[in-house]
Amino acid sequence: MTDSKYFTTTKKGEIFELKAELNSDKKEKKKEAVKKVIASMTVGKDVSALFPDVVNCMQTDNLELKKLVYLYLMNYAKSQPDMAIMAVNTFVKDCEDPNPLIRALAVRTMGCIRVDKITEYLCEPLRKCLKDEDPYVRKTAAVCVAKLHDINAQLVEDQGFLDTLKDLISDSNPMVVANAVAALSEIAESHPSSNLLDLNPQSINKLLTALNECTEWGQIFILDCLANYMPKDDREAQSICERVTPRLSHANSAVVLSAVKVLMKFMEMLSKDLDYYGTLLKKLAPPLVTLLSAEPELQYVALRNINLIVQKRPEILKHEMKVFFVKYNDPIYVKLEKLDIMIRLASQANIAQVLAELKEYATEVDVDFVRKAVRAIGRCAIKVEQSAERCVSTLLDLIQTKVNYVVQEAIVVIKDIFRKYPNKYESVIATLCENLDSLDEPEARAAMIWIVGEYAERIDNADELLESFLEGFHDESTQVQLQLLTAIVKLFLKKPTETQELVQQVLSLATQDSDNPDLRDRGYIYWRLLSTDPVAAKEVVLAEKPLISEETDLIEPTLLDELICYIGTLASVYHKPPSAFVEGSRGVVHKSLPPRTGSSESAESPEAAPTGAPPSEQPAVIPAQGDLLGDLLNLDLGPPVSGPPMTTASVQMGAVDLLGGGLDSLMGDESEGPRGDVSGSPAMGGTNFAAPPAGTMPATLSAPIGGGLGDLFDLTSGVGTLSGSYVAPKAVWLPAMKAKGLEISGTFTRQVGSISMDLLLTNKALQVMSDFAIQFNRNSFGLAPAAPLQVHAPLSPNQTVEISLPLNTVGSVMKMDPLNNLQVAVKNNIDVFYFSTLYPLHILFVEDGKMERQMFLATWKDIPNENEAQFQIKDCPLNAEAVSSKLQGSNIFTIAKRNVEGQDMLYQSLKLTNGIWVLAELRIQPGNPNFTLSLKCRAPEVSQHVYQAYETVLKN
Amino acid sequence: MIGGLFIYNHKGEVLISRVYRDDIGRNAVDAFRVNVIHARQQVRSPVTNIARTSFFHVKRSNIWLAAVTKQNVNAAMVFEFLYKMCDVMAAYFGKISEENIKNNFVLIYELLDEILDFGYPQNSETGALKTFITQQGIKSQHTKEEQSQITSQVTGQIGWRREGIKYRRNELFLDVLESVNLLMSPQGQVLSAHVSGRVVMKSYLSGMPECKFGMNDKIVIEKQGKGTADETGKSGKQSIAIDDCTFHQCVRLSKFDSERSISFIPPDGEFELMRYRTTKDIILPFRVIPLVREVGRTKLEVKVVIKSNFKPSLLAQKIEVRIPTPLNTSGVQVICMKGKAKYKASENAIVWKIKRMAGMKESQISAEIELLPTNDKKKWARPPISMNFEVPFAPSGLKVRYLKVFEPKLNYSDHDVIKWVRYIGRSGIYETRC
Repeated sequence: MTDSKYFTTTKKGEIFELKAELNSDKKEKKKEAVKKVIASMTVGKDVSALFPDVVNCMQTDNLELKKLVYLYLMNYAKSQPDMAIMAVNTFVKDCEDPNPLIRALAVRTMGCIRVDKITEYLCEPLRKCLKDEDPYVRKTAAVCVAKLHDINAQLVEDQGFLDTLKDLISDSNPMVVANAVAALSEIAESHPSSNLLDLNPQSINKLLTALNECTEWGQIFILDCLANYMPKDDREAQSICERVTPRLSHANSAVVLSAVKVLMKFMEMLSKDLDYYGTLLKKLAPPLVTLLSAEPELQYVALRNINLIVQKRPEILKHEMKVFFVKYNDPIYVKLEKLDIMIRLASQANIAQVLAELKEYATEVDVDFVRKAVRAIGRCAIKVEQSAERCVSTLLDLIQTKVNYVVQEAIVVIKDIFRKYPNKYESVIATLCENLDSLDEPEARAAMIWIVGEYAERIDNADELLESFLEGFHDESTQVQLQLLTAIVKLFLKKPTETQELVQQVLSLATQDSDNPDLRDRGYIYWRLLSTDPVAAKEVVLAEKPLISEETDLIEPTLLDELICYIGTLASVYHKPPSAFVEGSRGVVHKSLPPRTGSSESAESPEAAPTGAPPSEQPAVIPAQGDLLGDLLNLDLGPPVSGPPMTTASVQMGAVDLLGGGLDSLMGDESEGPRGDVSGSPAMGGTNFAAPPAGTMPATLSAPIGGGLGDLFDLTSGVGTLSGSYVAPKAVWLPAMKAKGLEISGTFTRQVGSISMDLLLTNKALQVMSDFAIQFNRNSFGLAPAAPLQVHAPLSPNQTVEISLPLNTVGSVMKMDPLNNLQVAVKNNIDVFYFSTLYPLHILFVEDGKMERQMFLATWKDIPNENEAQFQIKDCPLNAEAVSSKLQGSNIFTIAKRNVEGQDMLYQSLKLTNGIWVLAELRIQPGNPNFTLSLKCRAPEVSQHVYQAYETVLKN
Repeated sequence: MIGGLFIYNHKGEVLISRVYRDDIGRNAVDAFRVNVIHARQQVRSPVTNIARTSFFHVKRSNIWLAAVTKQNVNAAMVFEFLYKMCDVMAAYFGKISEENIKNNFVLIYELLDEILDFGYPQNSETGALKTFITQQGIKSQHTKEEQSQITSQVTGQIGWRREGIKYRRNELFLDVLESVNLLMSPQGQVLSAHVSGRVVMKSYLSGMPECKFGMNDKIVIEKQGKGTADETGKSGKQSIAIDDCTFHQCVRLSKFDSERSISFIPPDGEFELMRYRTTKDIILPFRVIPLVREVGRTKLEVKVVIKSNFKPSLLAQKIEVRIPTPLNTSGVQVICMKGKAKYKASENAIVWKIKRMAGMKESQISAEIELLPTNDKKKWARPPISMNFEVPFAPSGLKVRYLKVFEPKLNYSDHDVIKWVRYIGRSGIYETRC
């Protein structure tokens, strides 16, 4: 009798029948019924209605029946939490069973039932099982801790399971060790900052010993864990490498790849002069090649990883070109990957062989593969200069085949070859022109047109050729239209006499008949250039082009280094960091290679910082609030706005400043507007020009307050004072992983009396986002959005939108801790997300914050001395004048300046939006970069934040 | 880690569905069916990402096995696990087919519960699994000793072998199975050639025998021959350079790394002891010399000569030469000196079969291919001529030198073990371009 019959019952009313059978007295019938239930469950039928009846079958000594019931429970417990409690007793009882297989089964299953009420009962049995005498139970319990942590992390910590798990790393049984390592690694991933795994030379030694003894899977867990360790010096790195290299001969490819990961990572720490370094390099090649004789799916994973490895260390596989030759029967995904690696390994030594192969591939059947092969020939030409000529002739041979897509692809790559070796292979143009009619793909057409335009002077009938394209101008794709426009202008500049008509035709087509703004703009630019200054036009249009480089398709080095840390994993298959495809906080810890040792190579990976040591700008975690936002806020957020000071060039001069400021502000990195005392009045006009129209330029012209007063108060050039309120660079407030793909970064600005929150919304999810709305929690200064969040169009994946949200200060007030904390809720069509951020206090300094002199004196005396707070501003290399003009830009006004015993005393005032006055005395000693700031205010709690605002403004 | 594992039939119906992680929902089952099984084009990658969920799949006949995850898992491990899963299933019920899977679905669920815990692969050696999971249902009536024996085997250092095995006759079989791969240019130049070999051992040995395997590995021979110079010269010829080798998990890798000696306690029955690859001094058993001539636009003349290149006393078997023909072939006339040749229109090839052929011989086939005139501009791709054969020697030159067995606790010695060694060389991808 077979089990397949259970799949065939489809008649109505079967639930009732099953119910009856489940309650039957006969054991066999019961078992049959449970099997039927499981079969229905598998094909997706809802059999949750049978829950009580199935659970009733649980109390049995028949292990097979028990396992089936457990399977059912794992599936449906979540939908029937109250009923699931009924099962608890049996579980607890089973955890005491004399048979270790049953104890393990019970604890394993219990961990899979994700019902809160059950987890409470799980703790005691789990604690016992973690210390069970039988290793089989212990190894199961170790994984169960990870399960429980996934359901209720707090519970696991409170119950001290983490410590027990750590103890299991020293267990005598290698499989228990391996599972404990796997569980700890997983838990540690969700707590990147905690030092859970606590890897040190002793524990590493234990792991390396267990490595020799445990199953293939256990070896993978241990190697993956080892890869996260940072050896303290090169000797330790070497000794670990020595103990890991035997794994390269394991039959399991995953063990091999994980070992390769450890070696590639620790190799960074070894000096290249070391003999061992060379030995290691040699040892790595054979196992990598062997991976290519595995099953095709594994070959694919291996090839994707080899692609990274040859980019990082090309020397490892430089002699192994032949193994990457494509076999006729390879699956297409293996073929395409092999081709990629062949190009990376191509060098002068092997180019002849490679070209012969590529030519062979270009005659294959699969269109994508053929195209890639043709493209590869072009890349070889660009990469290996000596081979260029041979490549070109190979391409010409391929063009002769007249296979449509081969010809088109060949023309595209020949264009690239021209751009790398100008004026060398023009002889082939004639052949190319013969194939003009067969080109139907935009990329190929555009490439051909570019060639004709670029070499117009050598092609007798260039005008005819281009004219032929012009007939169907409006049906062409934008790419072709743009290229055609440029090519005809080039032609005109080269042969002005015969082609005047043609150029006029194309310009009018582009500017008058086209709806495409890019095309129109380019058309107008050419038109004006040609009409105002043909000589300049010639210089612009026919300028020498930069040569294209060979390495355009390489992975960017920082990403490459990160991916090397992920060898063997999905990240290395996708060539994307895990954060790009993993949801939530798991596995998104940024990994980096160890810093390179040896002075000669220090430049190779300057960005690599030791893992674990958080970057210095890491913000302090914002303290959790007692309200409903608390939990959400307890995650670390991006740097708060008042955070890291931007380093900018000390004092920039006139023109440079104009551009620098304008550009910087466009990129959201602006530090400060041009400094009035340096650039003077011409800068004002210039600033206006450079400022983008949207008003993102922070440098606003805050009118100086009565130029005459300047003299009175000893200010040297109050007239020219021109400065803007400091705007911090945009910081990530809400990382995409915490908001289902929505990333929000932003900053606060104050311009001419109005505060706004500049936001950058990025959609990193796969679906379109819409229906955005924003709300602030009550806060200390009543900040509130003055207008709804306007996102005009739905945000499609990978799109970013910049929004300036005007704020007012008439919202409801509640004192926050810290004072400048702002809790924000953002809603979109997916969900509501919460984050909190600190705003810099200077956005609240109002423009009429200048106090009368007499008033200042009176208020200063009036405020009790207890309210005075003193601060040190360190390392500020500015002089008194620069300081006061800088501060004035942020509405901190200097009322008087006095020189007392060689020290400059600045008396300043400012007013907050809620009317609180703050008075300040700033003591500056010439030559001493440390200032002393005394603040007096009736609400002393703001002093601290005012001081921070001073720091921020002065140092940026 | 692995979040779920699904098995589908060719229609995309789920046969087995086991979810290990909360982040994988029922919709994942459908997503894979819609996007991969029912996809219009050919599968372009064994890893597919659909809405932030990654699917790994392998196919066995018309059955799809898919592992699903939302995390950054070890991709190589997932595939290794899927292959292992297939091996385990095959060891329990033979061929992986829809029928067999449906017939054994309870067993499969049980296995999945055992070998994958929370998505982490656990001991998956069939030898160990079979001690407590059987097709007849679970052996629940174990004695206490048996129980602890099972658990210590499943978790122990020697998870692949149980204690207390007894045979009246201690016997072992060693098969050296090689597949020789070749890619040759039409001019007879070797573009690439390598041998991938496997040493498969079938052992029927009592107790916990300690085995040591020796072969003519160049590094070992040179190490040993250091004392006597002339011996090095002599044995240098017979030894082979192994590019790389991998071992079954029973082999002590650290010992191989330090001393290059292969020592292990074997699983009972059949297993693959090692895999290796060589590229130097390969004996290519056959040479294929193609000659293709296009006569006008409607006719092709093909002449192919094969030469055997090994000792005349040895016999090659199951020889098959496959000569591809263009798609627009209308008729073929073949004449061959030996064996049988047929034009198979459905496979677009002439298949020439020879049952046996001794070494140092030569044979020839000539064919005239009539073509239909076409307006298809695309040239015929001329796929390579491929060959299949089996020869009774190892093309890499590998020789087994010894396999010593020690079992100190039982009273049988190395001499009492009956040992058999066999060499089989097969064609892998053996192609000559024409």
